[in-house]
Amino acid sequence: MTLVFVEIEGPDAPSGSGGVQLTSAEAVTFARTNTAILDGGSAADSSPLEVAVIGALTDEARDRLAHLGVDRIHHIDSPDVHAYSAAAWAQALVDVAPTHGTVMASGTPRGMELMAHVAARLGARMAANVVAVDEDGFLRQVLGGAAFERLKLTGALQVLTVAGHACDPEDTAPTEPEILTHSPEASADDLRTRVVRTEVEEADDTSGLTQAKVVVGAGRGVGSADGFAEVLELADHLGGALGVSRVVTSLGWRPHAEQVGQTGSRISPDVYIACGISGAIQHWAGVQGAKSIIAINTDEEATMVQRADYAIIGDLHEVVAAINEEITRRRR
Amino acid sequence: MDILVCIKRVPDISGQITLDASGRDIDHGALGHTISAHEECAVELAVQLAGATDGEVTILTLGTDDAVEQLRASLAVGADDAVLIETEDPGAYGPEDIAFAIAEAVRTRANDSRSCDLVLVGNDAADTGDFQVGVRLAYELDRPVLTGITLLRLAEEAAEVDAASEGGPTSVEAYGIGPAGTEVFRLPLPAVVAVQEGGVEPRYPSIPGRMKAKKAPLDEVDAPEPVHGNPRNALELPPEQSSTVTVLGEGPEAAGALVDVLDELGVLR
Amino acid sequence: MASVPSQASVVVIGAGIVGNSLVHHLAQLGWCDIVQVDKGPLPNPGGSTGHASNFIFPVDHSREITDLTLDSIRQYRELGVFTQSGGFEIARTEERMQELRRRMSSAQAWGIESHLVSAEEVVEKVPYVDPSVILGAFWTPGVGVVDSVGAGTMMRESAQTLGALTVSPNTEVTGIDVEGGRVVRVHTDRGAIETDRVLVACGVWSPRIAAMAGAAIPLTPAVHQMISVGPVPDLAAIPGEISFPIVRDMDALCYERQHGSDLEIGSYAHRAILHEPDGIPSIAAAKLSPTEMPFTADDFDPQLEQALELMPDVLSDPNVEIRYAINGLLSLTPDGSPILGESPQVRGLWSAAAVWVKEGPGVGRAVAEWMTNGLPEVDVQGADIARFHPHQRTREHVRARTSEAFIKTYGIVHPGEQYESDRKVRLSPMHSRHEELGAVFFEAAGWERPQWYKSNAHLLEEFGDRVMDRTAEWDSRWWSPIINAEHLALRERAGIVDLSSFVIFDVFGAAALDAVQAIVVAQMDVPIGRVVYTPVLDEAGGFRSDLTIIRLAHDRFRVVTGAAHGMVDVKWFADRLPESDAAIADLTSSFTTIGIWGPRARDIVSALTSADMTNDGFGFGTARTIEVGSLEVLASRISYVGDLGWELYVPMESGAKLWDTLREAGAGHGLVPVGLGVYGTTGRIEKGYRAFGAELDSERTVVEVGMSRPKVKAQDFVGREAHLRHREEEPKTVLCSLTVDDHTSSTGEKRYMLGGEPIVDRDGQPLIDGHGRRSYVTSAGSAPSLGKHVLMAFLPPAEAVVGNQLQVVYLEERYPVTVASVDATPLFDPDNERIRR
Repeated sequence: MTLVFVEIEGPDAPSGSGGVQLTSAEAVTFARTNTAILDGGSAADSSPLEVAVIGALTDEARDRLAHLGVDRIHHIDSPDVHAYSAAAWAQALVDVAPTHGTVMASGTPRGMELMAHVAARLGARMAANVVAVDEDGFLRQVLGGAAFERLKLTGALQVLTVAGHACDPEDTAPTEPEILTHSPEASADDLRTRVVRTEVEEADDTSGLTQAKVVVGAGRGVGSADGFAEVLELADHLGGALGVSRVVTSLGWRPHAEQVGQTGSRISPDVYIACGISGAIQHWAGVQGAKSIIAINTDEEATMVQRADYAIIGDLHEVVAAINEEITRRRR
Repeated sequence: MDILVCIKRVPDISGQITLDASGRDIDHGALGHTISAHEECAVELAVQLAGATDGEVTILTLGTDDAVEQLRASLAVGADDAVLIETEDPGAYGPEDIAFAIAEAVRTRANDSRSCDLVLVGNDAADTGDFQVGVRLAYELDRPVLTGITLLRLAEEAAEVDAASEGGPTSVEAYGIGPAGTEVFRLPLPAVVAVQEGGVEPRYPSIPGRMKAKKAPLDEVDAPEPVHGNPRNALELPPEQSSTVTVLGEGPEAAGALVDVLDELGVLR
Repeated sequence: MASVPSQASVVVIGAGIVGNSLVHHLAQLGWCDIVQVDKGPLPNPGGSTGHASNFIFPVDHSREITDLTLDSIRQYRELGVFTQSGGFEIARTEERMQELRRRMSSAQAWGIESHLVSAEEVVEKVPYVDPSVILGAFWTPGVGVVDSVGAGTMMRESAQTLGALTVSPNTEVTGIDVEGGRVVRVHTDRGAIETDRVLVACGVWSPRIAAMAGAAIPLTPAVHQMISVGPVPDLAAIPGEISFPIVRDMDALCYERQHGSDLEIGSYAHRAILHEPDGIPSIAAAKLSPTEMPFTADDFDPQLEQALELMPDVLSDPNVEIRYAINGLLSLTPDGSPILGESPQVRGLWSAAAVWVKEGPGVGRAVAEWMTNGLPEVDVQGADIARFHPHQRTREHVRARTSEAFIKTYGIVHPGEQYESDRKVRLSPMHSRHEELGAVFFEAAGWERPQWYKSNAHLLEEFGDRVMDRTAEWDSRWWSPIINAEHLALRERAGIVDLSSFVIFDVFGAAALDAVQAIVVAQMDVPIGRVVYTPVLDEAGGFRSDLTIIRLAHDRFRVVTGAAHGMVDVKWFADRLPESDAAIADLTSSFTTIGIWGPRARDIVSALTSADMTNDGFGFGTARTIEVGSLEVLASRISYVGDLGWELYVPMESGAKLWDTLREAGAGHGLVPVGLGVYGTTGRIEKGYRAFGAELDSERTVVEVGMSRPKVKAQDFVGREAHLRHREEEPKTVLCSLTVDDHTSSTGEKRYMLGGEPIVDRDGQPLIDGHGRRSYVTSAGSAPSLGKHVLMAFLPPAEAVVGNQLQVVYLEERYPVTVASVDATPLFDPDNERIRR
C-alpha cells in the first residue's frame, strides 16, 4: 500500500485556504500512476492509494483528492496536532502507515522533515527528491539537480519524497474515497519542539515568489544594491515577484527570502525573466520548473541564455528600462 | 553552550560536470572542494552562539584525510577544535550509517566530559541531498530535532529560566521559514538542528583565524563499518539539451519584440 | 552561431594581453584580414591575463626582458592604463641585501631609476609595514599597475577600426591542418579558416593548440597562489585603486599590492603545483575562470605568517577577511624565458607564449615586427622558440625544470647557477673518464660538460698565487681556482678539452656553396680544407650568430656552432636554403669533438700520427683527415683559446678511444684535462674573443664589435647592404676590454665582478653610447696569463681609448678599471703568435 502525506493550503495561498497544495497534488499523481511498483509489485498490478491529511479537511480538498484518484483519506485531527510538531505529526503518520509499501510526501521542507522522522521511526530507508520509479528502483535528483542518482531501497517499507514538478497533477475518474478519522494523542517527548509563534515579516515571505505567475530574476549583472529599480518595476508591471541569484544575497543586495535556487526557493511560474544571471547549476535547479524562460544578458554564450526560450543580448538596465517603457506605452 | 557542527566535504560545482569511470561519482578532476552553504551558516550560527555563551565549537566530519581541508576552513572562521571520523571510502556510507557514526562520536565525547548541547548539521548535503541525517542522528541520540532552521537565538524568556539552572541555557529559540511565515520554536537542549541558509551571513576567514586553525586540535577516530550502506547504484547526467533559444535582438531595440512575447504568453495584464 | 571568415592572412589564437597586442601591432604594420579567435568571451576570455595582479617592476637581470618591459610600460602609458605607484623590494636578510645591490647594478646598467633605501624610508611610504623585520629595500619609483584587460580591449579595437581585424570570441580551435610541413588551415567550432600563418598566443593552452599542428610549445601551466584580504580600513580611507607602493617581500617570496580597500598577497613560496594543458577545466565547468583554480589553503599558510610579520597591524585585524583566494595559472618554461617566433617544426606556426603582463605589449610588437620583416627592434633571440633541443621540448623536462625553478621566482639566482633536475640527458663518450677525474659538471643543452676537474687540484700548488683565488663567497660560487690553474697548464704545456656538445651540421648539394655564401659574411668560395670563422647577420646587419665552417668538398660545408644557440642556427640556415640542390644534415650526435691546445699540442699529436702536423704541413685555418692509430680523425686547426692546436672530430663511438690515446701520449708532456671554465671564459677573454649572447647580438654591428675584415666579399649575403653602410658610419659604440686595477672593497676583501655591472666614468657618471645604451660588463673573467681580471664592455667611442681610466660598480662599490683594448686585439699574445707557430 502507498500512503501520501498531503499538505493543505493555508489562508495565504492565492487560491484561498483549504485546497490541496500543488506539490501535494503532484505527489498524489506520482503515487497513483506508480502504486503497484511503490507497493513492491509490477507495473501491471494496481494497489490501493491512501493519503493522510493533518488538520482541517475541507470539502474542496476532499473533492480534489477524489479527482486525483485517492482510495482512502486518513483525516488526522486533534489538539495535539493543531500546531506543527514534526515528531507528533510523524507519529500520527506512523500510526496509519502500512507495514509494507511506501510512505511518501512531496519534496517541500515540511514533506522532507516529516518523511525523515517517519523513516527514522519505522526504521525504513528513505529517498529524497525522487523523479521516477520503475522495477529497478528510483531515480532522484542529487547535486542540486545537476545529476540523477539511481538507487534501490531495501526493506518491506520505504519512504520517499517526490521532487517538485517531477510530474504534473493529473485528474482521473473521481473516486469515492473512504474517510477514516484519527484523533491522536501525542507523547510529551513528541511535543518537545512545537511552534511557539509565527512571525510574518514581509522580508521572510517566500509565498509570493513560489506562487507567482511571473518571476523577474536578477543576478550579479545588476551591478549593485542600488541597481534593482528597473527589475522591480518590471515585476510590478507584470504582477510578478522578484527572485534573485545566490550571489545577490551573498553580497547583501537583497534578502535571502528572494533567493531562487538550490538553497533558496524553487519556483514554477508561467514566465521567468532572468536578468543578468549567468545560470549556475544551483540557480538552474530552482527555476527549471518555469514554463517559459526569457534571458536578458550581455553574454550570448551564458548558460541561462542558451537554456532560455527567448533572449535579448544586451545590458539589462538598458533593456529592462526599454521594456518598462514599452509596456507603459502600450497601456496608455 | 558547546556546539558540535557536522560538515561534509563536497565538490564545488557550479557548471558542467562529468562522471568518473565508475559511473557512481562525478569526475572531480580540477574541481575544488567546499562545504554546503547550509553548513557554512551552521558554523557561523555556532560561532555566534558559543561566543555569546562562553562555549566552544567543535567541527566534525566523516570522510577521508582530504576532509581536513574543510575542517581547517571551518576552524579558520572561529571554531575551536575538530574531529575527523576517518574512512577510506565515505561513499560506502548511507545516511543511517553516517548518523550512527556521528552519534557514536557524540557519545564518546560525552563520556570524555566533552558533551555538546547542540549538534548542528546542514539541512541537506550539497552532493547527496538526503535530507535525513540530522533527523536520524536525533533519534540515535534521543534528542529533539528541528530542520530548516535559519536562526538560533537565546530567548529572553528562556534566559530567565536558564538563569536559575546550573551551567548554560537549557533551551534556545529556533527560527525557520514555514508555509505561513517565520515559525519560531522553543527548543530544549540538548538538541539537534538542521540549519538552512539564509539567517546569518557566514564570515570569511581572517589571517589570524587561518593561522589559529592551522594549530587547532584535531581528533582523528576510525569510522564504524557501514551497516546499511549507500543505496546508490549509479549516477546519471541529464541529457544535454541543445539550445532552442530564440534571440529576439540586441539592446533596448529588442524591447518591443519581448513585450510581444509576454503578450503571447498571456502574462501582460 | 555566427561563423568565422573562411580566409585570413593570419589567425591569432588568444585574446589575452599578448594576442590583443599582436593584432594591434600587426594592423599597425599593414596586415589586413587578421582573424582573432578565443574560446572564451570578451573582454576577459578566462586566461591568465584575467586574473593577473597587473603590476610591473621594470628591473630584471636580463636585458632582453627589461627591454620588453620598458617598451610595454611605454605602450600602457600611451593607452592611459598605467598608474605609477612605485615599488619596494625589501630584504630581510644580509644575503638579500647583497642581491638588492646586484639589482642596483642591473638598474644602472639598463638606465632605470632605483635606490637602496632604509626600513624607515619604506615606512614613510608604506606606513603599514613593520620596519623591524626589514634590513633595507630597493625602491623603484617607476613601478606601477596597469589595466591589462582594458589595454587589450583598446588594442583589439584599434585593429578593428583600421578594418584589419575580425574578432571571433566563444570560438574554440578544434584542429590545425598542416600540408607539406606548413600550416594551411585552422578548424574551429564555427568553421574552418584557410591561412598560412597561425599565431598561438593562448598562454597556458598553447601546448595543446601547438600539438594540433604536431609542434611543441614547451611550457607548463603552473599555480601562482593569490589571496585578496579586506576591507583594510587604512586603505579604504583613501579613494582609488592604488595609493601605496607595491611591496615585494623578496625573502618571503611574496608580494603585497593594494587594490582599493583590499590587499592582494601573491606567493611564489609554495611548492611547484603544475597542471596539464589538457587538464584545465572548460569555461562551462570552471567555478571562476578556467585559470582561477581552486585554492589550496595549506600551501599558502606559511605565507600568511610572513605577511603577518611584515604588516602586523592591518593583517591581524579580525575584520580583514580573506575574501578571494585562487590558485591562478600562469605559464612556466624550462629556462624561464618566453617562447616566441616561428616553430622550427611547422612552417607558419608562430608562438607568443609564456609572457607576463609586464612584457605583453612589448612582445606583441616584437613578434609582429618579426612576422612582418623578420626583424624585431628589440633583440628577443633569447626567447626564440627554435632554441629548444628535442629533449627540452618533452613534458618530463618541462615539468622537472619548472618544478625546480618555481621557488626561484623571487630567489637569488647566481649567474653560474646550475639546474639539478633532469641531468645526464646527453653524455659524451668520455663521460666516465670525466667522472673518474672528479669533473664538476655544468650543463648545456642537456650535455654534461666538465667545468673543471678536481683531479687538477694539485696544479694549485704549482701555480700558487697566479690562480687568482677569490675569497668572497658570491664571487667564488660555481667557480674554482682550479679553472685558472688548468688555464695556466694549457698555456705552459697543453690542455685537452671535451667539446662533444658542439652542434654540427652539414650543408651539402650542388648549390651548397651558393647557400652558405648567401648566409654568412665571410668568403666561402675557399679551397677545400679551409676553416672559416664567420659572423652570421640579419638584414639589418645585427648578429644572428658566429660560427665556424669547414669546406669539406666542393659541395659540402660543415658548420660547427655552440650548444646553446645551435638549434636556432640550424633553423636560420634551413629557412634560407635555395629551393633545390642544397640540404642540411644535423650531425651533432654523429661526431664528438676533442680539443687539444697549448705549446705541446703539436708534439703530442705528431707522436700519434704519420701526418705532417708542422706549421708548413698543416697551417692555421685548415682541416683535413688524419690517422691517429686506427682512427680516422678530421683535424681542424683553429682555436677559441688562442693557442696552438686542433679540434679533432671522430664518430661518437670512437671518442673515448681518441681521448685515451691523446691522454696517454700527452702524459709525458704535462697534458691536463681542461674544463669549459677555461674554454668558455678564461681562454677567450684574455684573447678578446667575443661570445654570442654576451657581446654579439642583433643590436651591435660587426664594426662595433671590432670584427670587420679589410674587404667585404662581392657575393651577396644576408645583411651585406647594412654591413657596408655600417663600415661607412662612425660606430655608435665600441667593444673594449678593460682590466680591473684594484679589487679591494671597503672591507678590504678583494672582489671579482661576474658580469652585468655598470661601467661609469671617474666621477661615477654613467656612460651612454650612441644606441642610448649604458655601458655595462658583457663578460667578466680571470685572465690568468696576465694576472688580471678582464671585463668586456661597450663604451661610447669617445671613451674607447686605451689607457682611459674608468670605474666598474660592483655591489654598490666602485673599482678602478683601465681600458686595455678598443678592438679585437688580444690582451694576451696580441700578435697571435701562439696559434700560428
